Amino acid sequence: MTGLVILGVAVALILMFVGLYNGLVRLRNEVKNAWAQIDVQLKRRHDLIPNLVETVKGYMTHERETFEAITRARSGAMSAQATGNVGQIAQAEGVLTGALRGFYAVAENYPQLKADANFRQLQEELTSTENKVSFARQFYNDAVLKYNTACETIPSNIVAGIGGFKKAEFFEIKDEAERAVPQVKF
Amino acid sequence: MFSIIRSNQRKSAFLIAALGLLLGLVGYAIGFYIAPSAGIFGLAAALIVWLLLLLTSLAGGEAMLMAQAGAREITDKRDAPQLVNIVEEMQIASGLSQPPKIYIVDSTIPNAFAVGRNEKRAAVAVTTGLLARLNRDELQGVIAHEIAHIRHRDTLFMTIAGTTFGAIVLLADFFVRGLRFSAAGQRRSSNRNNNGGAILLILALLLSILAPLLAQLLYFACSRRREYLADASAVQFTRYPEGLASALEKIAGAQKPDAATSRVLAPMYIINPQAAMGRDSTWLSTHPSTKDRIRILRSIGSTASLQAYETAYQNFHGGKHVLGDLTATDTAEPVRPPAPIALAAVALPPAWRTARGVLHEVDDARIVDCSCGLRIRIPPAWRGSEITCPRCGSIHKIESASEPTSSQRDA
Repeated sequence: MTGLVILGVAVALILMFVGLYNGLVRLRNEVKNAWAQIDVQLKRRHDLIPNLVETVKGYMTHERETFEAITRARSGAMSAQATGNVGQIAQAEGVLTGALRGFYAVAENYPQLKADANFRQLQEELTSTENKVSFARQFYNDAVLKYNTACETIPSNIVAGIGGFKKAEFFEIKDEAERAVPQVKF
Repeated sequence: MFSIIRSNQRKSAFLIAALGLLLGLVGYAIGFYIAPSAGIFGLAAALIVWLLLLLTSLAGGEAMLMAQAGAREITDKRDAPQLVNIVEEMQIASGLSQPPKIYIVDSTIPNAFAVGRNEKRAAVAVTTGLLARLNRDELQGVIAHEIAHIRHRDTLFMTIAGTTFGAIVLLADFFVRGLRFSAAGQRRSSNRNNNGGAILLILALLLSILAPLLAQLLYFACSRRREYLADASAVQFTRYPEGLASALEKIAGAQKPDAATSRVLAPMYIINPQAAMGRDSTWLSTHPSTKDRIRILRSIGSTASLQAYETAYQNFHGGKHVLGDLTATDTAEPVRPPAPIALAAVALPPAWRTARGVLHEVDDARIVDCSCGLRIRIPPAWRGSEITCPRCGSIHKIESASEPTSSQRDA
């Protein structure tokens, strides 16, 4: 009789372990999928920047520092992306955003540049890419929150410890700088 | 998000059942009129007509509805890069599994609508007039509103309810016309001249006349709350309430009664093409009054969330709820700054620019010449008393609407 009870408890424990383990795997995959969305957009952003610099060079001959800042920020962001470290990526992307804002502020002084169809299209693509990153970020952070909560709470934290599930990192781009572009007040 | 869908589904099921019942009654009345014992056949015939219409409209899907509205699909991103980008952004923000198809309607009247029985077969359409008038943030607000309709399954509901409504109108119309046609024959037949029969006949007639009206009330009442819901979700998706608010203002200001839009399609538009800006919402309206929608959007504070929308709604509606427990699925993000001003105008062919200049003049736009050389065209809808120059940042006072030119020119 006691043998049967012990067996029953053992089977129940194993089933519970399997269930919790699979749940954690599912949550971790959701985090991965959400991150893939951001990753695609970041890559696209990096690809657009050389085109932007190329288009703008003809108009802005005296703004070498601005270009250099963007190019530097871009290579910084690309090497950060290669490491896959979320914190590093967020930091490098923040630097790139700042450099681009500085550039847009300068571009305001070049009416001919602003009228260039190529430039407008590139600016539209960059704006859209940034928007997509910021919208995808919300889904990613939601997924991370769910996964991390599972990793910390009883009883799934025990399974996470045994299975080697590490907590994921939130993606927050620091946005200290106000938009440098003047705005119409309401 | 899923609780919004579930709550909508319950209400939709109830409404569609009510509409179906009404349709059945009309069918029964017609059958009864033809012969008192044939009521049940009338009922069956009405339900078969309903089923056939429903099957065609669901099988035909978004392509058929778009063809009805005279819309063409955008398959090449180069044809409308900003529109395609914005739709993709809103797809990500709303969590739709794939972007809806994009259609453009050639019409100078700005408007937009969405159709589709599910997320996979959904489509949004905008008019060329909309693209010409709205800036990036405004267009984003409109697309967010339409994608919210798709996400809440409003488009499916509208297709079914619209078809049922159409079937009721069709049957009632058929009956009343047939009645007029056979009125002469009726008088000659003597076997139906008893009193009880006459009363029942009048009842049947009354029902057929009132049914379309009643159906319309049911149909429109349900669509009004959905508009508030879609607005609230648009705020959550874009994190920029002002975009949708100023888009609604522009769209409502440019509506002309358009005979081409049908009664059935009307509730699907972002603003009912048959309604104008100033009018208040009544129980015959498909949409809440645009004024009300705008003032709610404008009074949302610095947090873009469903809860913020609910609070703003309550301020104007004596504490009544519109979202209720739906705010449980909320996300709270701060309202974002507007897009760079250089992006304000959509890249349009030169002909459009000229057309816009003419439009500005017709609209009696006020013009301020800034000392930095920029000429600022102030839209007629501008309510502020001053404007900041987008290039040099200096502030200009706007005298009043009655004095169109600024004092800047004299200075």
